[in-house]
Amino acid sequence: MQLARVLGPLVSTQKQSTLIGAKLLLVQPINADDQPQGVALLAVDSVGTGVGEKVLIVSEGRAAGQAISQPMAPVDVAIIGVIDEVNS
Amino acid sequence: MQLAKVIGNVVATRKDEQLIGHKLLLIQPITPDRVASGQSLVAVDSVGAGVGEEVFVVRGREASFPFLPTEVPTDLNIVGIVDHWSTDNANR
Repeated sequence: MQLARVLGPLVSTQKQSTLIGAKLLLVQPINADDQPQGVALLAVDSVGTGVGEKVLIVSEGRAAGQAISQPMAPVDVAIIGVIDEVNS
Repeated sequence: MQLAKVIGNVVATRKDEQLIGHKLLLIQPITPDRVASGQSLVAVDSVGAGVGEEVFVVRGREASFPFLPTEVPTDLNIVGIVDHWSTDNANR
């Protein structure tokens, strides 16, 4: 799992059928010091987050599909939590 | 998933049987500022995308899920065509 900052929403009308109804958000992975790390990703949101929030994402394996209760959906990144604080 | 722009078509006559009938497209991953990011890649298409369109792609084993129960040997699939996005630049 990784820390990320929510950049904003993405709208797509024409998408794979299992993705219909999914909320799509662009997220920027960050390190513990809040600095951007790597390329921005597109995530499905299962917890109801908003722009600017610091969140927890999964970006590997089957976890993303499980997060939206669609284990066979073609998704590889999901927001699974909102970060209250990180102590390091 | 990741943002990308479709930059070309790929034609392969001799290929894995399970790939027959699937459109192959050349894509360039992009950032939310529409800057090219990393190398171009070949993706299968499950939404009917075309050259010049902005799309999002899924990587890894999940890329083959739209074709189940057929096990298509792909690790990159275009699963949506982008209408638009917005970002809050204060958080970049």
